Amino acid sequence: MTFMSQYNYWVVIILMMLGFYIVISHGNLVKKLIGLSIFQTSVFILYISMGKVTGGTAPILDSDYTVYSNPLPHVLILTAIVVGIATTAVGLALVVRIKEAYGTIEESEIQQKDDEEC
Amino acid sequence: MLSHFPVLQVILPLMAAPTCLLLRQSKLVWVFATIVCMLTMLISFQLLYIVQSQGTIIYELGGWKAPIGIEYRIDMLSAFLLVLVSSIATVVLMGANSSIQKEIPKDKHTLFYISYLLCFTGLLGIIATGDAFNVFVFLEVSSLSAYTLIGLGTDRRALWASYQYLIMGTIGATFILIGIGLMYMVTGTLNMTDMAERLPDVVQAKTLYTAFAFFIVGVCLKLALFPLHLWLPNAYAYAPSIVTAFLAATATKVAIYVLVRFVFTIYGVEFSLSHLPLPHILMALGIIGVIGASIVAILQTNIKRLFAFSSVAQIGYMILGFSLGTQAGLQACLLHVFNHALIKGAIFMAIAGIVYRVGSANVKDLRGIGQRMPLTTAAIVVGGLSLIGVPLTAGFVSKWYLILALLEQGLWPVVIIVLVGSLLAVVYVWKIVEVAYFQKPEGFQEGDNIEVKEAPISILLPTWLLVAANIYFGLNTDFTVNVTDLAVLSLFGGAP
Repeated sequence: MTFMSQYNYWVVIILMMLGFYIVISHGNLVKKLIGLSIFQTSVFILYISMGKVTGGTAPILDSDYTVYSNPLPHVLILTAIVVGIATTAVGLALVVRIKEAYGTIEESEIQQKDDEEC
Repeated sequence: MLSHFPVLQVILPLMAAPTCLLLRQSKLVWVFATIVCMLTMLISFQLLYIVQSQGTIIYELGGWKAPIGIEYRIDMLSAFLLVLVSSIATVVLMGANSSIQKEIPKDKHTLFYISYLLCFTGLLGIIATGDAFNVFVFLEVSSLSAYTLIGLGTDRRALWASYQYLIMGTIGATFILIGIGLMYMVTGTLNMTDMAERLPDVVQAKTLYTAFAFFIVGVCLKLALFPLHLWLPNAYAYAPSIVTAFLAATATKVAIYVLVRFVFTIYGVEFSLSHLPLPHILMALGIIGVIGASIVAILQTNIKRLFAFSSVAQIGYMILGFSLGTQAGLQACLLHVFNHALIKGAIFMAIAGIVYRVGSANVKDLRGIGQRMPLTTAAIVVGGLSLIGVPLTAGFVSKWYLILALLEQGLWPVVIIVLVGSLLAVVYVWKIVEVAYFQKPEGFQEGDNIEVKEAPISILLPTWLLVAANIYFGLNTDFTVNVTDLAVLSLFGGAP
């Protein structure tokens, strides 16, 4: 239970906070989506880490090995990666449309234009 | 065939969605999509009937037994929600053909129906599945299609609202994913029943509390609990009217279902509501939501936005009932889920009719609408009365049960807040009534004939179907009360 033996979980937390911070703090819509991607990626690493069994090998049956890593979280995260890609794709498509409609992708400027309209 | 019903009603709209691409023609696609929704509705009624007579249905996907395979589990609560979602989706879709003519460009009609069916699939999947990870997948299916549906709005603010919803929704879904992952870590299973069985052994683990916290915050983002509701008002206000009617009546309700399902079936009342200060937090947020969102609703100048804020307030009522952690409280919550879906469905369908004729949902454009579109406006009024909780309407039933549940716990001050919330609802409904009936249209001269121009029958019919349901379930509470009673009993561990 030392710091180093669980460093992958620390990586998860650091990446998660970085991604989350980018989503909150940046005004640029594309940067927000990148932050969101990093945020999601951290969760992928969390899932992959939990599937690892110490000393285990890839889950392919072989007479030489008895300890295997758990493949289920890896399969789950394959699904989550696809979902993440779809989200980013929809998000970027929306940004393109926003750029066409507003002429900008800065949050503050969009807000300003909306306020003027009201 | 009959034994495959639990999965069939999810597969049907899923398969129908790409088929729409082959049909292309707007009207043809509409007929096809409506038929698919109707079939799904019939299946869900059949499922409810089976559950009522034979108890919980368990369906193993691909014949793999749980916990190895994915299991679909239809109990009373799921069957009840399936009936609600599929009926609302069908009725709302009936009005879609006319409404989208004016609100969505012609070349995007097919895409609209595809997204609608996919969103529908996602919502049904969330309710039917008995696998925690499956919930996340279907949640994303429904959310991603909801983002595109909202982005179809003609106003450019629809795009901005959709983007904001995407960011908030994805953060919420990822939180849920983290929660499910951590729970898998401690229990080693994803099957809900299995998870519930293994939880008592690991109740000491800190991971479990972390998982619970992530999950609750994530799902509260999805169900737009105050103060996590910021995505909702704009998304409802600028989406095409049909989309607003569909999402307002179903999406947040399904999120409530997820909350109820996880808290009661997986974590158990013991763990979630007595170990943690959750009930107090939820009750406080519910109260602030009821009062705060109602006051903001009064100040709105766009009726879609007004009723969107009213939705946030109504979610506050549901969470109030939920936070009590008693059988009566949960029943009030479920009843309000059902009745509020009918109310908001009716109101937003009527607004779809108004937008069709007037082209705007601003309060100032609705002057004298009561004379020009008497039936549509009357629908809003009846819906509004139900929202307030006037006797003989569905809204009264759920408010009544909520107040009884609160009194049972001796929470007098909260009862007063519920009543104040209803009074605030009177204010914002009256605001519309006044404009619609007591103000003259712009440029109106004394002696002019007012031209009656109702919404087309295809919008009027579903609107009044939903209004009639409001009145029917206000007069005859047998169905709703019985079913929610049984659902609550089974959630609290009783038979069946």
